[in-house]
Amino acid sequence: MSEVKKVATRPLPKAEEFDTKEFWAGTKDKEFRYQQCTDCNKVIFYPRRHCTGCTNGKLEWKVASGDATVYSYSVVRQSYHPFFRNLVPYAVAWIDLDEGPRILSNVIKVAAEDVEIGMKLKLEWEEHEELNIPLFSPR
Amino acid sequence: MSQKRDAAIVGIHEYPSRDVEGEISPLQMKAECAARALEDAGLTWADVDGIYDAGDGGGAMNGLTIAEYFGLKPTVINTTGVGGSSYEFHAAQAKRDIAAGKCKVALLTYGSTAHSNARAIGVGGRGAGSMHPAENMDAFAGQTLIANYAMVAKRHMFEYGTTSQQLAEISTATRYHAMRNPEAVQAMEDLEFLDIRETTIDDVVNSRMIADPLHLLECCMISDGGGAVVIASPEVARNCKKPPVWILGSGEATKYPENGGDITTSAAAQSGPIAFAEAGVTAAEMDIAMIYDSFSITVLALLEDLGFCKKGEGGAWVEGGKLRFDQSGGPALNTDGGGLSSNHPGMRGIFLLIEAARQLRGESTSQVATAKLAVAHGNGGMLGSRHAAGTIILGAD
Repeated sequence: MSEVKKVATRPLPKAEEFDTKEFWAGTKDKEFRYQQCTDCNKVIFYPRRHCTGCTNGKLEWKVASGDATVYSYSVVRQSYHPFFRNLVPYAVAWIDLDEGPRILSNVIKVAAEDVEIGMKLKLEWEEHEELNIPLFSPR
Repeated sequence: MSQKRDAAIVGIHEYPSRDVEGEISPLQMKAECAARALEDAGLTWADVDGIYDAGDGGGAMNGLTIAEYFGLKPTVINTTGVGGSSYEFHAAQAKRDIAAGKCKVALLTYGSTAHSNARAIGVGGRGAGSMHPAENMDAFAGQTLIANYAMVAKRHMFEYGTTSQQLAEISTATRYHAMRNPEAVQAMEDLEFLDIRETTIDDVVNSRMIADPLHLLECCMISDGGGAVVIASPEVARNCKKPPVWILGSGEATKYPENGGDITTSAAAQSGPIAFAEAGVTAAEMDIAMIYDSFSITVLALLEDLGFCKKGEGGAWVEGGKLRFDQSGGPALNTDGGGLSSNHPGMRGIFLLIEAARQLRGESTSQVATAKLAVAHGNGGMLGSRHAAGTIILGAD
């Protein structure tokens, strides 16, 4: 009996999740979408249906340029996750987009040890069938 | 002083084993600990009219499960679940419930078989997306729990010049205390720690890097474990077997990622001042600091946020071994050996209350002779993203 070997893949988000589905839909067009309130101007990210700055705000979808900066990071050297265990060492980071949103992502196309706080980044898309994943590389 | 003494810890028990080898369930552990803690207080099941529970074994209707399993008819049922800080929230809420006359004897219970279940809590990576919107945004990045805390340490180092040698002070102080606690030594043996002994700063910074900048000896163990705490009204407390340990103040707070936010400051910066103000004391007066030591950086950030020193000065402040029970210049830190070297089954909050009570009764294996005041601070969730914080100030009779 031969076993069918399943190649582990990156854990992907659920495209139909209520609050974040518009963001993930945007990734199909390689757009990094975020929300801003037209009443109080607060930038909302992660996406939500309601404004957290005012009680009757109207949220407008915008598209970020993709330019960003490393706020903090770590080099993961040990993981038991079937996908990430084969990726170590890799850099996971809190990344600030120029327009305000802060996202958890990976810094790629650079040795994980060479990532630095304050490093200027640009958006990269890792392609998948249903949606694309926003990653970042040095610019 | 206008210090209120509305409620006191009167009974405590910590399950002695950290490796139960599948021979006892979390629910059974809770019942065992509850019975021993009630005995410690000189009370019985029939005296309990408030139950406070978190942790494993109870299912979706945990409060109902626990009441039936213990055979109780409580009038207060509280299952606030905020991870490792749950029991500080429970203590705060029990004090309020007792002061309001809603119950007289509150029973807090915890049980977990995280080690036996081989749950890779720290390095398990994260699962696939969930229907929780925040998790649905985070899961793809492969941030392990340790990396989450490591990102706080990286930013702390960047902003304030904190070093790994300074962070290692947390690990060496807790190990120093663990080596004096037979249950902690047994725990490290059962969990197959290598080379069990007091550690040096060099030992810590030369141990294997798990997620930069955190080394193996800056990370807590994953054990089995359980515990129970009995909190009672002043009238009940006066007739208990052991001297009461008064709950003088409490604070509760949350923190989560915010665009442009500062991850070196935790929810303790909100809960700490509320608790100290209510108790009418300051951090500098604390003899004992039971601070949730999931990782070295957790303690450093929390000490700053609780007001032991200013934000950013924690690295220099902890230098020189001053957190050991037999040194002056700072509080005795995690005198049972902490989550780093004694007991961490996933939600350590109850053990912070238990060891603080031991100190204020004079029962610790690293006893501070003049211990009168203690702070127990639980951090639940993840320091580098979303977490809850509960601060409890305790005073000897």
